[in-house]
Amino acid sequence: MIDISESVMQFLLAFVVVGPLLGAAAALLPAPPGLKGKSPEQAVLRHGVTVTGAILIAAVVLALGFDHDQPSKMQASTDISWIPALDVRIHLGIDGISLPLLVLTALLTFLCALYSYFKMPAGPTPKAFVALLLVLESGTLATFAVLDLLLFFLAFEMVLIPMYFLIARWGGEQRTQAAWRFILYTLLGSVVMLLGLLLIGLKSGTFDMVALATDNDRPLTTSVQVIAVLAIGIGLAVKTPMWPLHSWLPDAHTAAPTVGSVLLAGVLLKMGTYGFVRILLPVAPDGMRTFAPYLAAFAVVGIIYGSLACLALAKQGAKGDLKRLIAYSSVGHMGFVLLGIATMTTTGVNGALFANIAHGLITGLLFFLVGALKDRTGTTDLDTLAEETGAALYGKAPRLGGLLAFGAVASLGLPGLAGFWGEMLALFGAFRPADGLSRPAFLTFMAIAAFGTLLTAAYLLVVVRRVCMGAIPQDSPKLADVQTYEFAAWTPLVALTVVAGLWPKALLGLTDPAVQQLLAGGTR
Amino acid sequence: MSSQAHAQDLAQSVVQSVDWLAIAPPTIAAVVGLAVLVADLFVGDGKKALLGWISVAGLAASALMLLPLVDGDRATFCLTGDADVCSYTADRFTLVIQFLVLGGALLAALLSVTTLKDAGRRLPEGEFWFLLLSSAAGAALLPASRDLATLVVALEVASLPAFALVGIRYGDRKSSEAALKFFLSSVTATAVSLMGISFVYASTGTLYLTQIADRIQQVDGQLQTLTQTGVVLTLVGFAFKTAAVPFHFWVPDTYVGAPLPVAAYLSVVGKAVGFSGLILVTVVALPSYADAWGPALAVLAALTMTVGNVGALRQQSTRAYSAVRLLAWSSVGQAGYLLVPIAAAGYTRDADRAVGSTVAYALMYAAVNLGAFAVAALVARTSPHNRISDYRGLYASRPLTALVLGFFLLCLAGLPPGVIGLFAKVAVFSAAVDAGLGWLAVVMAVNVVIALFYYLQWTALLFRAPEGEPEKHRVPAPLTAAIALTAVLGVVLSGAPQLVLRFSATALF
Repeated sequence: MIDISESVMQFLLAFVVVGPLLGAAAALLPAPPGLKGKSPEQAVLRHGVTVTGAILIAAVVLALGFDHDQPSKMQASTDISWIPALDVRIHLGIDGISLPLLVLTALLTFLCALYSYFKMPAGPTPKAFVALLLVLESGTLATFAVLDLLLFFLAFEMVLIPMYFLIARWGGEQRTQAAWRFILYTLLGSVVMLLGLLLIGLKSGTFDMVALATDNDRPLTTSVQVIAVLAIGIGLAVKTPMWPLHSWLPDAHTAAPTVGSVLLAGVLLKMGTYGFVRILLPVAPDGMRTFAPYLAAFAVVGIIYGSLACLALAKQGAKGDLKRLIAYSSVGHMGFVLLGIATMTTTGVNGALFANIAHGLITGLLFFLVGALKDRTGTTDLDTLAEETGAALYGKAPRLGGLLAFGAVASLGLPGLAGFWGEMLALFGAFRPADGLSRPAFLTFMAIAAFGTLLTAAYLLVVVRRVCMGAIPQDSPKLADVQTYEFAAWTPLVALTVVAGLWPKALLGLTDPAVQQLLAGGTR
Repeated sequence: MSSQAHAQDLAQSVVQSVDWLAIAPPTIAAVVGLAVLVADLFVGDGKKALLGWISVAGLAASALMLLPLVDGDRATFCLTGDADVCSYTADRFTLVIQFLVLGGALLAALLSVTTLKDAGRRLPEGEFWFLLLSSAAGAALLPASRDLATLVVALEVASLPAFALVGIRYGDRKSSEAALKFFLSSVTATAVSLMGISFVYASTGTLYLTQIADRIQQVDGQLQTLTQTGVVLTLVGFAFKTAAVPFHFWVPDTYVGAPLPVAAYLSVVGKAVGFSGLILVTVVALPSYADAWGPALAVLAALTMTVGNVGALRQQSTRAYSAVRLLAWSSVGQAGYLLVPIAAAGYTRDADRAVGSTVAYALMYAAVNLGAFAVAALVARTSPHNRISDYRGLYASRPLTALVLGFFLLCLAGLPPGVIGLFAKVAVFSAAVDAGLGWLAVVMAVNVVIALFYYLQWTALLFRAPEGEPEKHRVPAPLTAAIALTAVLGVVLSGAPQLVLRFSATALF
């Protein structure tokens, strides 16, 4: 949109990746004179807001300077040799697929930092909290920006330790167990993924994603592709998470602090689906074609399973936890994303990428809202909240109730909001899957997934009815309505949900050319 | 005139010319060791600390003497008839392992300075330094030796003083018991490998590794069985030194019984001795038997890492000496990783590259493991039982030390921010995948996850709230130096992993 020279763009991208790391190191040092603030705690939390804010600005400038006429071209790319012995190169770059995710990550982390500035989760020092948050941001941004398989793996692993500590130190009940579950599952997945990445790199002679996607000098044999897709797919599927590898997610979400949940759902899960699109589709299409029907089947089971689990949790007397419910709904939503990818069509993959972003915005918002609800009422247990008639949030805190209802209907895929397009496109993709994939099978998957949207609508409406509606008892304590800082943290998410819903072209225009290129495997 | 020239020729053919520069690193260590032993007789009780600093300086000097050797391969003690067949070679492999051994010994010496000072008269200083330096000299000789006799001599020079070091604490029953265990099992292994070597010598008629490699392919049919037995028995001896399963049982008790710096020394230098001997015997002397030792080592590697990691996992954090026990078991597990590329070397034509991954991994492991031991030595000063639970809340009392230990443990686990640990593991993985050892890679992957569990558990403990009031103690300078040195090494390597990983991409021999 605006013309920025290539070298500035390169610098901005490198800054976006490395900046948070430097910020994390700085957070551990004592504040310099003049920036001490009211207390050390306040100073370091402000430091977090400043750094993430600077990163967000850089990411937005990157998006503005991005050449929107050529979204399929790698832009702002840097390519430096780092470890020649392993052929690891620091290769950074963004295209229409990674740019939206990059901006989403920067935005969500900034909002989380802003939210924590006013509402620090209970736990040890904020110093470590801010440092871990920044390392987490760096790792996620790096995942979306790097174009080298081993560097991708490094970035993928980088988020584990910070997220572990965020859950284990600042989390709620049963946090230690949940944190262990999270890290062991994802690590087991990612070492298997490493084996697949090494197989691809060693057999084809390069770890460079761009070269792998375009170069056909040493094509991978089908058997290598099949093994590689299986190994890498397992690693990515754990992260996504795909049914039946999802069981770490509900526990992690339930135990994590609000900010941790927002980032986990909003950003970390996307690293898995991004890997499918960025690595597996272009590099190992034959292997992907072999596994696509299974992937789609698991995805559809995930959709139904997630919805049924949510329905069971939403029932009266089930002692359902709201956070756990949203976590299960994530399993369902990510099922749509995986279904879109499994169709291997431009429509489906575009839908998957769109649903990715939409899920990040909407679920991020929902976790913020539930976190706020917990701060006010002290519980996220549906039965305790709703008692006999319902929690009557509309009456006690109308704005909070309204926002929660908004998040719920956005999540169920109301046309006109962000949640709609991605899932619809994924279903469209399944209607006419890529050549070589069984159409009857995918038509069945489509039908089941469409039924899943109905179930989704059902449980979300039940939640709205039980939390937002109901009679207000006379002596009930008044709940504080939405505070200014909460508005500041949530408004961007609400606004973007509406914008993406009304103007999907803004996002699809970015992803579509890049996806077409990726699936065609042409030169960039 | 002519008779004089003839006499000169004769003298040249009988008297070997010695390249003193090439053999300087092990020689200096040995000479300084002797000097310290003698000096001990003349130094008063109050000035015994001087001996330690002389030893540290000696080790530093012998490590520095590696510098002039970097520019090219040197060889000495060659056959008078055939100048290509030598007993001592200072090639890249030798230099890297010598650097590892001497550097490791130097760090262990830095730790020992404080330990000896704290122990007062209970540890005899002169003997201690003599033994440490002799063992280091033997360990530095080993990678350079290119015939089986020198190899065994070097191995014994490296291990015999180590037995004494383990049992050096006066009147400590556990210490002497550990020494005895270590001694008996080690001597058995040496005897076995000596027998193997004699079989190999009987069938090939030579002790030089390169000649064995040639001649063992044309052994008389009748001697086939003898040769094969010889090969197996030789390998067994070296497998013991790397603490590979089933020769690992001595490790935990020995590490706990030995003074902490000696345990650190054994975990790094002892392992380096074992695997460099193993590399020399397998890759240099017996490449034609690759289809036999390749699978055997692969199985050994898988067993070793699994047993080691499961053993480490089972340590209870409240048991006495659990920190050292955990490090001991985890060092068995790490030995398994070190064996993977050597096993892979049996499957590929590019054996050099595969072995380079072992060397790179060993360098990483040496730096961070010595660092972890250094912190353990620091903690042992205030809580002598060295339980893992004693590390709880270390961050509150010593933030920097806790951060550094966390970093070391994550390096050992192979997770960012321990980038070097991660990439060293990647190098080992890629050696396995490249050689087609997919099953071994998967076993190792599972082991990495098991290992992460106990390393991270320990790391997490460091940052928990402390149980009592944190006490402040002054950290002695040598300990600080050792911790700082290893931490800087770890951080620099994490930024530039190429520094050690380049060995996995170049020819070492």
